[in-house]
Amino acid sequence: MTIRIASGQGFWGDLLSAPVEQVRRGPIDYLMLDYLAEVTMSILQKQRSRDPAQGYARDFVPLMGQILGDCVEKGIRVVANAGGVSPDACRDGVLAEARKAGLTGRAKVGVVSGDDILHRLGELVERGHELRNMDDGRPLSEILDRVQSANAYIGARPIVEALDKGATVVITGRSTDTALTYAPMIHAFGWARDDWDRIACGVVAGHINECGAQASGGNSLIEWERFDELGLSDVGFPIIEASADGSFVVTKHEGTGGRITPAILKEQIVYEMGDPREYITPDVIADFTTIRLEEVGADRVRVHGIAGRPNTDKLKVSISYGAGWKAVGTLVYAWPQAVEKARAADRVLRERMDRMGFAFDEVRTEFVGWNSAHGPLAGPPPPDLPEVELRIAVRGPERSAVEAFSREIAPLVLTGPPTVTGFAGGRPRVQEVVAYWPALIDRTEIEPNLRVEVTQA
Amino acid sequence: MSRVLLYRLAHARSGDKGDTVNVGVIARRPEFFPFLRETLTVDRVRKHFAGMVEGEVERFELPNLDALNFLLHGALGGGGTVSLMTDAQGKTFSTALLRMEVDVPSELTALLEGAHG
Repeated sequence: MTIRIASGQGFWGDLLSAPVEQVRRGPIDYLMLDYLAEVTMSILQKQRSRDPAQGYARDFVPLMGQILGDCVEKGIRVVANAGGVSPDACRDGVLAEARKAGLTGRAKVGVVSGDDILHRLGELVERGHELRNMDDGRPLSEILDRVQSANAYIGARPIVEALDKGATVVITGRSTDTALTYAPMIHAFGWARDDWDRIACGVVAGHINECGAQASGGNSLIEWERFDELGLSDVGFPIIEASADGSFVVTKHEGTGGRITPAILKEQIVYEMGDPREYITPDVIADFTTIRLEEVGADRVRVHGIAGRPNTDKLKVSISYGAGWKAVGTLVYAWPQAVEKARAADRVLRERMDRMGFAFDEVRTEFVGWNSAHGPLAGPPPPDLPEVELRIAVRGPERSAVEAFSREIAPLVLTGPPTVTGFAGGRPRVQEVVAYWPALIDRTEIEPNLRVEVTQA
Repeated sequence: MSRVLLYRLAHARSGDKGDTVNVGVIARRPEFFPFLRETLTVDRVRKHFAGMVEGEVERFELPNLDALNFLLHGALGGGGTVSLMTDAQGKTFSTALLRMEVDVPSELTALLEGAHG
């Protein structure tokens, strides 16, 4: 027996048609959707603080209205971390869509919660949990009053419980991205908690699925010049065809664009990787140096042989906090001497800001069209560049100073170097800087508080 | 021996974790992997990224994928939303590394295909 777990969304903002196509263009058993990035949690937390009925990935509810009927018809079950910081509100939205679609009594919605520890932070710190920053070792107490969100990364077990209880749709908060793919495997194959090698296989499957089309030809350097010919405008998102022994085949629906090859999977496997021998998840530590890839057919690559080690007694916590303000201003300078003009404008702007006495933590100048991606590796500006975009960004603790900067861009048009354009968008938007604070917490502080609820539509 | 761009021997993908960029470099053919393992030392990669990477460079090997993984610490101006860089997520560090010029022995140049370089 194999089960087919389809990737439907690699981040919040990914192709909206992808999950619909996964459900309609071929056979699948499960659909996983990954919505959460680190910065997403703080955005959702702010939305919830303004309106308690918000704080989840809003796209998910209308999507369910669109596909839940097909899912029930075909027996497809959905696992998504769309709940953000309001999984209950997300569940209520999906239940309403299910009833509207005439699925009353035919669909169950499961919710996993308890990962959100924002309201517990003060108490945890008081009881001696320092929640030190994993990157620089500072204790959380230094920024506790500026924290905006705090969520523990939780693993597959609560999702498995919801699937065991018959949920058609499982909504989680800050589940790990990979758990959304391997929870269905644990549910279907009944793997034990200490079946480390098989769960490690599931983690690799999850890592391949979690970025959507990056595993099926999108954003790949392999023969990118053949992009049109390879049909990337109709790219098929990856599908994991998993077996009980942990091995799996990566494939995609027939007739879709893109491709599944070992080279493309290698690019996805190394994406956002640290030490490959230690890919740490709440359920297992997977060793990516043991992955075996084997092409077994057109758009079919078999993945097997992965070794796992026992999980640790800690869970990772993702904390976000307010860290000042920033704005980015841009202007376009045209030939001749485009770069020289942009440089002169940069000098003028910096001198004006100095005279006005603004204090910033950082002022950064880039020249888009020359060095904004590869910096010093781009070499000197090409002679006679037809045009360049001046991009100046500032960041500082005072909102008022950043606002003053944003008012200084447009005046450069009439008071700075000539042949300048690209200012029609108005003043640069002043944005709050939300910094990220990774920490570890004892598993025993989180897991007893996890809650799994399954509700009939 | 001939001097070619690393881009002809390898492909790559890069991404972020906080203020750290990871660049996974993959041999375009298995025959190229021993050469990459020998040539792309931590020291060579650190020098290549002079002015772009403030912290340490770490290297890990994935011989099963004919790949090396580099961690470039302190490369993203604070990372995440703190960073003021256009490429705050380090997405283009992949080809920034593949710009490197390397001296390739003649038995390998015979295997090079038409990729840019």
